[in-house]
This record gives sequence, structure tokens and C-alpha cells, in this order.
Amino acid sequence: MQQRWGLPIVAWPTRLRPTYWDGIALPLVLGSIVLIAWASRQMNVPYRIGEMLPLSLDPLYLPEYGLRTVLRMALALAASLTFSLAYAALAAKSRRAEKLLIPVLDILQSVPILGFLSITVTGFIALFPGSLLGYECAAIFAIFTSQAWNMTFSLYQSFISVPADLREAARMYHLSPWQSFWQLEVPFALPNLVWNMMMSVSGGWFFVVASEAISVAGQDVKLPGVGSYIALAIEQRDLAAVGYAILAMLVFILIYDQLLFRPLLAWAQRFKVEAIGGDEIEPPWFLTMLQRARLFDLLRSLFDHAAALLSLAAKRAAPRRERLPRLRLAEARWVDLAWNGLLLAGAFYALLEIARFVQSEVGPREVLHVLLLGFVTLVRVVVLIALAAVFWVPVGVWIGLRPRLAHRVQPIVQFLAAFPANLFFPVAVAAILRFHLNVEIWLSPLMILGTQWYILFNVIAGTLSLPTDYQYVASNLGVSRWLWWRRLVLPGIFPAFVTGAVTASGGSWNASIVSEVVRWGNDTLVATGIGAYIAQETDKGDFPRIALGICVLSLYVLLFNRLLWRRLYLLAEERLRLD
Amino acid sequence: MPDDGRLIYAEKVCKTYQTAETPGRLVLDHVDFSLREGEIVAILGKSGSGKSTFLRVLAGLTPPSEGRVAYRGQIVEGPAHGIAMVFQTFALFPWLTVLGNVELGLEAQGVPRAERRHRALKAIDLIGLDGFESAYPKELSGGMRQRVGFARALVVNPDVLLLDEPFSALDVLTAETLRGDLMDLWVERRVPTKGIILVSHNIEEAVEIADRIIIFGSDPGHIRAEIPVTLLRPRDVTSPRFLQIVDEVYAILTTVPGREPGRRGARGAETVGVGYRLPAASIQQLVGLLDAICAPPYSGRADLPHLVESEHIEDEALFVLVEALQLLGFAQVAGGDIWATPIGRNFAEADLQTRKQIFAEQLRRSIPLAAHIRKVLDERPGHSAPEARFLAELEDHLSEEEAAEVLETMINWGRYAELFAYDYDRGVLSLENPT
Repeated sequence: MQQRWGLPIVAWPTRLRPTYWDGIALPLVLGSIVLIAWASRQMNVPYRIGEMLPLSLDPLYLPEYGLRTVLRMALALAASLTFSLAYAALAAKSRRAEKLLIPVLDILQSVPILGFLSITVTGFIALFPGSLLGYECAAIFAIFTSQAWNMTFSLYQSFISVPADLREAARMYHLSPWQSFWQLEVPFALPNLVWNMMMSVSGGWFFVVASEAISVAGQDVKLPGVGSYIALAIEQRDLAAVGYAILAMLVFILIYDQLLFRPLLAWAQRFKVEAIGGDEIEPPWFLTMLQRARLFDLLRSLFDHAAALLSLAAKRAAPRRERLPRLRLAEARWVDLAWNGLLLAGAFYALLEIARFVQSEVGPREVLHVLLLGFVTLVRVVVLIALAAVFWVPVGVWIGLRPRLAHRVQPIVQFLAAFPANLFFPVAVAAILRFHLNVEIWLSPLMILGTQWYILFNVIAGTLSLPTDYQYVASNLGVSRWLWWRRLVLPGIFPAFVTGAVTASGGSWNASIVSEVVRWGNDTLVATGIGAYIAQETDKGDFPRIALGICVLSLYVLLFNRLLWRRLYLLAEERLRLD
Repeated sequence: MPDDGRLIYAEKVCKTYQTAETPGRLVLDHVDFSLREGEIVAILGKSGSGKSTFLRVLAGLTPPSEGRVAYRGQIVEGPAHGIAMVFQTFALFPWLTVLGNVELGLEAQGVPRAERRHRALKAIDLIGLDGFESAYPKELSGGMRQRVGFARALVVNPDVLLLDEPFSALDVLTAETLRGDLMDLWVERRVPTKGIILVSHNIEEAVEIADRIIIFGSDPGHIRAEIPVTLLRPRDVTSPRFLQIVDEVYAILTTVPGREPGRRGARGAETVGVGYRLPAASIQQLVGLLDAICAPPYSGRADLPHLVESEHIEDEALFVLVEALQLLGFAQVAGGDIWATPIGRNFAEADLQTRKQIFAEQLRRSIPLAAHIRKVLDERPGHSAPEARFLAELEDHLSEEEAAEVLETMINWGRYAELFAYDYDRGVLSLENPT
């Protein structure tokens, strides 16, 4: 009778009767184990600084390069996941830690991702002398920084909004803190986490490409991967190779999407507390395979057993926490004061250090100059987002009003957002050179090349979610075109638009570092801006100036977010929500 | 504490909610309580009377600020083994199947897999869920979900079952069925449970189930009355004795203490201060209820249980409306009856504009907060004032949430009476209406 519930249980022999799906599953599992092992070994080959890594533009090598790029991505994703679980749990559990951790996270997500690379690469190299591992770590770390922050925010947000009744039920039925973390908090956070992971990975492709060809202080290392392949193609002005790389990347992203995120998204549906009707996701083929193939049943029951053992061990190891000694309020307040004092003192000290650094290393005039450069980039970002909005909002609404079309277009747009736009830069540069275009103007669109899709994507989603009733009312009342936009559509899609624009603007700031300086063979095009400043100083290896550039850029992003986006966001939340 | 047959024993329980900014606000004031073996106790009270908080104190989910709670002679310092709870919102884990949810408590206790499965299946069987073992909660109707909630509680073989309004999220028919099934289990002793505490706002439900009814009063929460119900089971809900107890409970719950009719001088403004927690009654419902009372068959005087039935109102909503009608001087209540005052009759007979005038007049006369707001607005040069000002004043007496709720009610009433206007975007109260 145990068969009835379709649950993986210990009755292995009957449960493990192979199905057709096993025919696909088995080679897949074994193959990936071999591939991962091989690619990992490549990471730790001996390496002396200055040595040229063998890299070829032969497209036959692209699958190998692509695999290594994908592996870097996977490692970064695993690291991000681990980090975000720990960080978010700490921030959500400890009121005092929260006070420091959350603002820090907010600032970290404003720091340009390639800035992290510029700063940390030397440290990582020193960590693993004589091996490529240091460079690999630096590249992976850069990808990590492009993913970890928003995943952490999403987890934290979920952890603090676990419904009170579920928490009470968990306590009432004596789940240990460890058990309720894995059985309540993490499952509750999963749907949002998976969504954010997917978004993160979309952004990550851009940086994985940008971070493989590391060039710091004259040292030029190209880790085997699609990004390096492109860099080499640029050096050798090989437009065909650029095309191959774009093609290869296309395939790899498609595979990632099909094998990882489509199944994950569909699977995460079941963790939603409120079943939101209508948006049921069709189970993707890969998930079907995972659920049908007996091989995975075996893996899963092994995993379940391990989890159960771990949980039991954690319960035994943990001291009996049933009667938590409650701190007296006065005592807690005293600790609070001390903690606040400590934070303030730390902030003050940091401020002093920064002032001294500016005085001695760069001088106030340089600071002013960089601030000005930042302003130029700011103007670029604002103008580009505005242009993108003017163009994509009508298009998005048009698509969104046709649900059938929208459901076909959405995956494509999502895919476009994930595609690393920097792969297209060489094409653009070649065009600029060819037609002698103004660099200051024509380099700018590169910043938004990859990020504009977020606006389109969200506008479509926003239009889709506009209740049809509203449209009936509008047409029933004979609301004319312009009034229809002002009274119905624009307010209706505003929250979605803001979400898209925030993402797009954040991405554009990040892209400025790679898009304000671009090369094609020996030609280098430079547009004025803080991104170009950081890129050039990174080439020279002038660390104080890199730091200055990154700090100023972060400051701009932070202020821009606080003064503009967050306000719009709150407005959207408060006034224009549909429910 | 001695173990003297009392399953749960609470002594002088006080609960204060304290936040960083505000001084403590008392929600439970010296509550003494005990649950004896073999007994079902129902706790009734208006929303905000602290009855749910009290249940959570008993459950060990929140510690009392003062006093103590003991379960079988042991001081409760956290959720105790032997006490299980059923939640109003079901509180099922949506990612676990029915079986997974029922097994949860056993899993947490480290019960071996085979035994876990066996006991869970038995509980599922008992509560009438067989066939649904592999369903996810979102596939189930409300009634079935709550059955999972009961199975999850019963599977740990609890001594004491705490029920936090378990039927109030269900429709009448479903609630009745589930309640009946639960009572069958109890009466036939098919569960080892020795005592049940039911928090409810449904008076008939309480009288039907309980051996004893405890009525909580508000601000701060305290025990206002205790009514033993000695009727034999199964209880006939149409018997005169049953109806008499129902009436009695209605009478207590709908009378504002200190404002019983006949006590001269107990006029609104004197007992009701600016910081009084106004009942969140909607104008539409207020007017509708008053119209119903004044119209046939009641023609001015109605029996509350009858009114509940004929107008399809929930008890909880009724308390709110009845209190509002009393505060506004439109109706009076005694002995489970409600009757319209002359002002109330006038109101019911008037046309829309006159109704608004009467309402405005009653607001200024009987609701100090309304009079206060109007006075401030009259005196200020621009005849406007930010809502934050009034919120701050209310927060001297109420929690932040309650203050916001009271002001919202006040703004609704004030807008209807055209006593003042409110601009949502700016958060400003004023005397001007938009032009």
C-alpha cells in the first residue's frame, strides 16, 4: 500500500524499475561527472606570470571554452547560494547584525561588479602563487559579486516575511531552529530565490565574459573561455570569430536555461504559499525526466536520508534551546547602545581614513575631476533609459495587449536580457570605425544594449497583468487614445515599469566600465566618463585611482537609487498597486 | 505548582506589548484561568479583547509579562509537549503533502519513519481524510485543509488541544460538519485528548461545544464573565434552555460595561474619551442594520440572535455594529435585545441629506474624537491639519495599528457626515471638499 502516495520511500527494488527516461538520464549524469572533473582539473594547471596561455580562434575549441565558462558560472552560483543563505539567515535572525548587514548589502550592490575584479585580482593571485587558480578565483569572484547581492536580498526579504501562523505552527510542533530553517524558511523563500537566481545568472553571463580576459597592471591573462575567445578575436580583428562566439554563447545559454532554470522555476511553483491562478507553468521536459527517471528517485532518497541524518545530528548537537534564557530588557538596551556606538565609531574611523587617503594619494582636484566624469556617465544613463522607455513602453504595451503573442515573446526577451551584450561590442566598434561616427554619442548605446530588455520584459508583464475588466470599462466609456494611456495604461504598468527601469539602470552603470572604452585590434575608442576612467586606471594598475573611481561610481549609483528609484518604487507600491 | 487534576493553570497573567518608542500597553490584565480534565472551555470576546493572545500565552508561544502558566504542574516556558494547536488560517506547509504535514510534528520529535507513517495514516483516517494523503494543501477546500490541521494536531496524541477560531475561516455548512465530527471524536473518546480550549467569536458554536464559556472584556483584556453550560450532549440547538444561554451570552457581549441602560449620567462623552477604540463599522452596514431594526418584522426592537440569523451577519461583525450604534446613540441594548432610540428612528425614516445631518450631529455630540477633530480644524487658520497629529494623539492610548484603524474609521464616518474632508495623497484633514 506504500505505493499509493508516489513518494520516494525505502522500497527501492520496486521503485527502481527503470523507465525510458533512464535511458537519457544515465548518460547525462555520468557524462556531466566526467566533464566537470575534466574542467576542474584545467583550473589548477601550473602557471607563471607572463606566460601566454594557449588560446585558439578555431571554432572547434569553442565547445571546450564554453564548457569552462559555464563551469565558472556554476561555481559562482554555488558560492552565491552559500553566501546568501548564511548572510540572509544572520541578518534575519539577529536584530543587531541586521543593522549593519542590510545597509552594507545595499551599498555592495551599488558597487560596479568589474570594480571588484580590478581590486581583488592581485589578492587572489597572491593566494595561489604559480597556479592559474588565483585568476580563476578572481573571475569567479567577479561573477559571484554580480549574483550574490540580489539573491541575498531576496532571501532576507523572504525570511522576514514568513507568515506568523506558519512560524507558530513550527514552534508548536517542536521543530528545532535547524529543522524550521530547512523545512519552513528556505522552502518559503524558494520561489523568489529561484526567480532571482535566474535574473542573477542573466546578468552573470555579461560579467563572465568580461572577467575572463583579465588585464591588470600591464599583465594580460586570458583564461580559456568564451570571453577570452572574444578578446582574442578583438585583438586579431576577426569578425567571423566574433560571430562563432556569439553562436556558441547562444547555445550555452539555451542549455543552461533548459536544463537548470526552466525545471527549477516549474518545480519552485509548489512552494508558493498562495496559488496564484492562471500563471501555471507547463512542466518542462527536463523536469519531467527528473521526476520520471527512477535513477533520480534513488539519488533523491539518498539525499533525503542524508538530510534526515544531518537534521537529527543537528538536533542532538544543539543544546536544548526550548527554554531560551531571555535577556532582561535593560541589559539588552545596554548592549544595543554599545553596539550602536561601535558601529558609529567604525564609520567615523573609516571616514577619517578616506579623507587621509584622498589627501595623500590623489588630491582633491582629481576627486573633483572624477566627480565630473561620473556626472557625464550619469547623463548618459538617464538619457539612455529615457530613450529606451520611450521606445519600449509602447512596444511592450502593444505586445502585452496580445496575450498569445506575449507568451511567445517573453522567453525571447528574457533570453535577450541574459545574452551578454558585450559579445556584440566588436560589431558596433567596427561599424563606428567604418563610418567615422562620433565616439561620445555612438558608444553610449552599448551601455544599454543588454539592459534595455528588462524594461521591455517588465512592461509586457505589467500589461499582461492589467485586469481585462479595466480595458472593457475603458472601451465601454469610449476612452480615447491619449486618455487611455494617461488614465489606464501608464498608471497600470507603472510598478512593473519601475522594476524594469531600476534593473536596466543598474545594469547600465555596471556596463559603463566595459562600454566606454572599447577596442578593435589596435584601435581604441574612448568616450568621456567614469567607466572609461576606471577601465584605463585598471589597465595601468593605479590602485588608488581605481579605488577612487569605484567609490565615486558607487556613490553615484547609491544616490541615484535613493533619490530617484526608491521613491518611484515606494510611490508605485503605495498608490498604484493593483490589488 | 501542585498537580491537582487541572491540566492547565494560569495565575494572574498579564501581557504588556512593549516597543522601543512607546511605553508598555497592557493587553491582558490579571487573568486567572484553569482547564480541568475532561472539559471543553470556550473563550469568547470581541476582537481586540486579547483572547488570542491569551491562548498563545497558554500555548507557550509568547511568555506572559507577569504571572505564570503551568501545564500539569510544570511551568510553561515554551511550547510544551502534550499541547497541540489548530490555527484559524490552517497554517499548513504548502510544499508538504497532506501526509507530510501530518507527519511534521512526529518528524520533529524524531519518531522513526515506519512508526511515523503508521501513526499519520491513522490520524488521517480518524479525521476522514483518507484518499487525500498525497494531495497538496492548495488542492484542498478550506474544510479539508482544516481537517489536515486537526490531523496534524491529533497525531501527536495531545493532552490539550488549543483551537484558535478553527472554524471561522470556513463557510457555515462546512464548519458545522467539521465541528460535528470533532464532537463525535470527543464524546466517543476516540482521541486521548483530555481538554480543549476553543477561542471563538461565534456564540452559538461556543454554547454548542463548551462545558464552560469564558467571556473576555476589552481594554485591557480581562475575564468579564464565566457561564457554565450544563446541557447534555448532543445538544439541541433549538431547545429553550440552549437559546436562553445564547441570549445571555449575547446580552453580556453587546453591553458596553458602565453604559447599561438605566444608569443615568452614563452618557457617551463621559465614559468614551478621545482615545476610545472606535469599532471599525462601515457606514453601509450601520445604516443597513439600523434600517433592518426599524423595519418590520422587528419594527424598532429585535432579539439579537434572531437579527444575526435574518440579516446574515457574523457575530463578530454584529458586536462591532451594535457597539457603534450604541456609541452614536442610535440604539440601545439590554438582555440580548436591541431597540432603536428616537434619534435612531428619525434617522431610519429620513432622506439621504437629513441622515447625513443627523449623523454629523450625533458624531459631534457623542464621539469625542470627532468633536475634537472638528474643533481643531475650525480653529486652525487654514482649516486643515495633518493626520499625523491626530495619530500621535491616539497613540497615547492605543497601539500604532489600532490608532491607524481608529482614525480610518473616524475619517470614514466624518466623510459620510461631511463633517470634514480628507486628502489621501497629502494625508491632510480639512474642512474643504474638493472643488
